[in-house]
Formats: sequence, structure tokens, C-alpha cells
Amino acid sequence: MARVAVDVVIKPEILDPQGKAILAALGRSGHTGITSVRQGKHFDLEVDDSVTDAELEEIAGTLLANPVIETWTVTRLAEVAG
Amino acid sequence: MSPRIGVITFPGTLDDVDAARAVSYSGAEPVALWHADADLRGVDAVVVPGGFSYGDYLRAGAIAAQAPVMQSVVDAARGGMPVLGICNGFQILCEAGLLPGALIRNASLRFICRDQWLRVENTATTWTSRFDGGAEILVPMKNAEGCFVAADAVLDELEGEGRVLFRYVGDGPDQGNPNGAMRDIAGICSADGRIAGLMPHPEHAIDPLTGPTDDGLGLFYSVLDSIGVSA
Repeated sequence: MARVAVDVVIKPEILDPQGKAILAALGRSGHTGITSVRQGKHFDLEVDDSVTDAELEEIAGTLLANPVIETWTVTRLAEVAG
Repeated sequence: MSPRIGVITFPGTLDDVDAARAVSYSGAEPVALWHADADLRGVDAVVVPGGFSYGDYLRAGAIAAQAPVMQSVVDAARGGMPVLGICNGFQILCEAGLLPGALIRNASLRFICRDQWLRVENTATTWTSRFDGGAEILVPMKNAEGCFVAADAVLDELEGEGRVLFRYVGDGPDQGNPNGAMRDIAGICSADGRIAGLMPHPEHAIDPLTGPTDDGLGLFYSVLDSIGVSA
């Protein structure tokens, strides 16, 4: 067993109105040094030893992320006992 | 025998009843299709209606695109069967890879509910042949994730091939592009014009008693011409 993290972010050229709203809220609360916020998604997966890196890429690129608007990274975190 | 048009129901679908009603108004027989059943029951065309399938979990339309019925719809659509996706149905067709691009959160971050003017940009397709060239139609629109986006090259290809079906038009504070959609695109179609998707709701505009106009009926009459029976 292993823990895998998949992080999904919106492509730089795609409008992220949620990120812009968060940036505006940060400015209102005095954090004026923040110049950009992009909101994304984080997935924690527990996978058994049969799952290859190629399969994880397929999962990320076909379901967890939409390649039209998002990019993703797959990171194997640690082996899990059991 | 009247033509049979399937209307899919997913968990969270809202507009299957109105879509079936629009099919009936046009003179076809609506056939209920279920998300978990891959059987399309011999229908001549399919409408993927609006709503919040699977609660919009992950991304709007992403989970529904993997449902058993959609595998059958994808196969049938690639074989030439007409398919219309409305609102969440449009999002599902994009997630299923039947139409290019994606629908993201409205630029205003607001759920927008209003009657919207659209221009019919191509009247030579399966779902728009009954409209006059350049016709402007008024239909309801109601969504939070209706902002159409695609790469510039994809947008150029859509425009060049006449695949922009509907564009947001109209002047005034509550008209024009409502959500930041690229190039004011409200709806698009496949290269052969048989697979179409749009964010506004033609199925809610089929009778002045219950909608702003009956402009939406044109899509349903159009497909009947295509599948061989005239209404």
C-alpha cells in the first residue's frame, strides 16, 4: 500500500474567478502583499502495489483533472503498513 | 410510428421532465433512459438534460460522463445518432469528449437565472435546421458554471467550421454575454452537426404559457426532420 497525492490546478491561461475572489478578500483583510491566488484541488489516494505510475497518470488525466482546463501532478508520498 | 427520443435521468437531474415535454410537443415520443442502464431502448436521438448530476461533485458533468448510459451514448453518437446536451447535459458531453472545450464557473461567481437572447449562428445542422439564418431567440438560462472555455486554436476551428451554434446577444444590463464565455459562445456542435450542446434551456421555452417564448421548439422540430419524420 502507498499514499499518493494528486494536485490539480487550473491552467494559467484559464480564468479562475474563485482565485480572484480569494485574492480580493486577502487584500481586504490587510494581506496586501499577495499578488495572485489560483484555487485547485487536492486528492489523497491509498493504492495497493498493483497500481503503476502509468495507471495513476491515467486516473489523474481522465477523471481527477480535465486536461482542457487543468494541469496535475502525481506524487507518491509513503508506503502505508498493511 | 412517431420517432423516439431518449431523455436521460441521472441522480440530480432536474430538467428531464421538461425535456420529455418538449419532445412530446414536437410530435415525437419521449423515452426515459436511466443513468445506470446502458440500454438506449432503440431511440432515434438522445437529449442529455440539465440539472446537477451527482451533485456536480468533482466537476459539473464529470461523474455523469462515466455513467453506463453515457458509454452507450458516446458509441451511438460516434455512429451518427443525434445528441443534444442542455446545461448540465452540455457539461456532460464536454466531459465525455463528444464536444470540445469545458464549462467553468461564471466570471461573476454568481448563479445566473434570466431569460437570455441568443443568435442562431448556423442553421444547417441537425438541431437548428428549422431556424431562419441569423434568427434571435429568447430562452431561459440558469447556471453557475456556464462559462465556455477552450484553447484559441479550438475556438478558431469551431468558428471556421461553423460549429458555433448559438451566441449570447442583446443589449442592456441583463443581456449580452452573461458569464465571460469566450467569444460569447452559448452552444456548439460536432463537425457533422449531429452532436450539439448549449447552456441555455430551449426545453423551457416551448409554450408562452410556461416560458418566455416557444422559440426552443425549433431545436426539437429540427431533429425530427433529420431522423426521418416530419412534424
